[in-house]
Amino acid sequence: MDAMLHISTLHYLVLGAALFLLGVIGVLTRRNVVIVLMSIELILNAVNLNLVAFSRYWQGIHGPMALHGQVFAIFVITDAAAEAAVGLGILIAFFRNKETVNVDEVNLLKW
Amino acid sequence: MLFLEHIWIIPLLPAFGAAMMFFFGRKVRKQTVNAVCVGVVVLAFVMACGAVLQYNGWAAGHNHQPYEKILYTWLGSDTGHLTYLLHDGTQAPFQADAGFLLDPLSSIWLLFVTGVGMLIHIYSIGYMGHEGGYYRFFGYLNLFMFSMLTLVLANNYALMFVGWEGVGLCSYLLIGFYFQRKSASDAANKAFIVNRIGDAGFILGMFFIAWLCGSLRYIDVNHLAHSGIFRIGDPYITAATLLLFVGACGKSAQLPLYVWLPDAMEGPTPVSALIHAATMVTAGVYMVARSNALFVLAPTSMKTVAIVGALTAIFAASIGLVQNDIKRVLAYSTVSQLGYMFLALGVGAFAAGVFHVFTHAFFKALLFLGAGSVIHAMSGEQDMRNMGDLRGRIPTTYWTMFIATLAISGIPPFAGFFSKDEILWQTWTSESVAYHILWFIGYATALMTAFYMFRLVYLTFYSKPRMSHDIEHHIHESPASMTMPLIVLAVMSLFAGFLGWPHSLGGSDRFARFLDPVFAHGEAHLFVEEGKAGQLAAGEKEEEHTSPTEYLLMVLSVGAAGVGWYMAGRSYRDADKGYTEPIAALSPPLYKTLLNKYYVDEGYDYVFTGRKKVDDVRLGVMGLGEASSWFDANVVDGAVNAAGWITRLTATISSWWDKWIIDGIGVNGPAILARVLSYPARLLEWGLVQWYALVMTAGLVGFVFYYVYH
Repeated sequence: MDAMLHISTLHYLVLGAALFLLGVIGVLTRRNVVIVLMSIELILNAVNLNLVAFSRYWQGIHGPMALHGQVFAIFVITDAAAEAAVGLGILIAFFRNKETVNVDEVNLLKW
Repeated sequence: MLFLEHIWIIPLLPAFGAAMMFFFGRKVRKQTVNAVCVGVVVLAFVMACGAVLQYNGWAAGHNHQPYEKILYTWLGSDTGHLTYLLHDGTQAPFQADAGFLLDPLSSIWLLFVTGVGMLIHIYSIGYMGHEGGYYRFFGYLNLFMFSMLTLVLANNYALMFVGWEGVGLCSYLLIGFYFQRKSASDAANKAFIVNRIGDAGFILGMFFIAWLCGSLRYIDVNHLAHSGIFRIGDPYITAATLLLFVGACGKSAQLPLYVWLPDAMEGPTPVSALIHAATMVTAGVYMVARSNALFVLAPTSMKTVAIVGALTAIFAASIGLVQNDIKRVLAYSTVSQLGYMFLALGVGAFAAGVFHVFTHAFFKALLFLGAGSVIHAMSGEQDMRNMGDLRGRIPTTYWTMFIATLAISGIPPFAGFFSKDEILWQTWTSESVAYHILWFIGYATALMTAFYMFRLVYLTFYSKPRMSHDIEHHIHESPASMTMPLIVLAVMSLFAGFLGWPHSLGGSDRFARFLDPVFAHGEAHLFVEEGKAGQLAAGEKEEEHTSPTEYLLMVLSVGAAGVGWYMAGRSYRDADKGYTEPIAALSPPLYKTLLNKYYVDEGYDYVFTGRKKVDDVRLGVMGLGEASSWFDANVVDGAVNAAGWITRLTATISSWWDKWIIDGIGVNGPAILARVLSYPARLLEWGLVQWYALVMTAGLVGFVFYYVYH
């Protein structure tokens, strides 16, 4: 029971990997760009989870001041917000031109 | 001082008449035309007399200075903003005024231009009475009077040039008055174009004066010329005066530019009398006399003037010996007499030259008007071969013309004797003995003059009648408006010479004394130059005048006139139909040469006008021009075009090389190669973003597996 209640770093990493995998699958398979963007957020959050998990692990070794991972995570969240804004901006501009948000209809990016 | 201060009104009066004719002439009756056009000229004459009288009074109290009246600045600016560089590097303001100058020289011209002009206007009432374009004729005549008076009264060369061009224009218009006749319009063109050559000389001479003196005002120029800052024989002064003389040659019909004057007889006869005998053609003499202060500084110019004058005199007189057209005889006579005037100017006898202008104005105007009266009587016939025995039928014309003939032949006491004799005497006494040749030329000319003038009189008024019965039936004396001017001019031809009654005959030569303020300085200058300063100081100039030689020469020249008269009388007194010319009997080739005017016109046709062709090739300068044009069009332009063609060819080749070899093989070749080679790579890039992401993911997974399980 005790062992079961203890949540180790491994658990976090497994959850992170699962989220990451879901994000990748979402990016690769969904046609709606909005969903694709949301999937990218999922990937970023998976990374954040990893960062926080490793930060917690390092706190166990070096004391409570080992916060690098958590600070890094905050940077990533900020970055994600900015990226979401830019991505949605592009999306709106794109929609105005093409009247679609389906990514398979955006096939100009070729030779 | 009423007339003197308002001297500018004198030229404006005929200008007003001309303007009236221009605007309203077509609509008004002939009587109105007469009243306006003749009226303004009469008024101008009255004002001219008044102005000259007042000037004489004024000058006596002002050291015989010229009277100058400046109205306003006409060219340039009076504030001195416009300046130009002089020969010595200083600046001078560019300025010419609408100013008028009255001195003895312009007084004389003013009087005889308005006087003779008035008489000829009156004469024209009768002569032109039946002609079309009556108002046009009088408008032109008034315009001429305006221009001539501007020329004479101007106080600077620029304004004089305005009048100079104006009289040229009027001359053109009036020669071409019968413009329906091709010969008339050709003659008008000829006069205008030949005058243009002279005018170019005048303009250049004027530029020289402006450049040398910094002013075009006579007063400034004369002052500078007298001041002695120019040495005698100064090349610039020589050039300036020679160029002015070119202008004088054009206007006053001297060699080699005289050719227009005989043709100018195409105009109506009063025009020939006024413009081409009495007034306009003396403008050149006026201009040279006006510039006497400059001419005495240029001995070369003086010699040129004298030689050209003498040669013109004998040249034209010899042509006049055989001409059959009554007006042409008079035209050549005019050229010849103008030659006398220039001879006088050239030997420094300015007063004598001007005196001859003065007397000539009367007797030559009279001769032309008389000729006009004869032509009028003969129903337009001008050929003397078809005249004869007119003296009883048109007696007034006969007597007045006879007086004029005596005057021009130099028979005392008629006007021409005094002026011509003075010129010959002054030529004889000039600086070197070489001038005796010029004297001899003048002397021979005097003989010829008497011969051709009495030939004219005998063929016209004596001899047997040779006209057709039809014309003979119509012969009548001209109306009073024509004979009255003849009589006045005859009186003047008789008495005008007395003004210059020489010392040798007990006179006082009032005419020359009157002109002394204008010429004394220049003539004294010549005396000094000739090393006769001592004589001048001792007053020996007067004494020399009364030497026995002078009486001898006087007797000789009267004798020449008498011989000419006698020879003409013997040859033509009884001329009947088919009479023989004595010169033709003497030497047919000579007669033919003279009759054809030495072939000068033909020569000019060969050299200048380009009328002569051999096959299709023009001769003379025009031919040279055409040859140059052909050379330019075919050889020079051909070379240019060939150069262009070669450039284009090489450019085409170069362009082809660039397009197919450089661009094709060098630039596009590698591009095509890259395109072909890149084809397999492109198959993978088919545009779907998620495909790219999948490949990236697969690659990433591949790398991870590789590193984890390697």
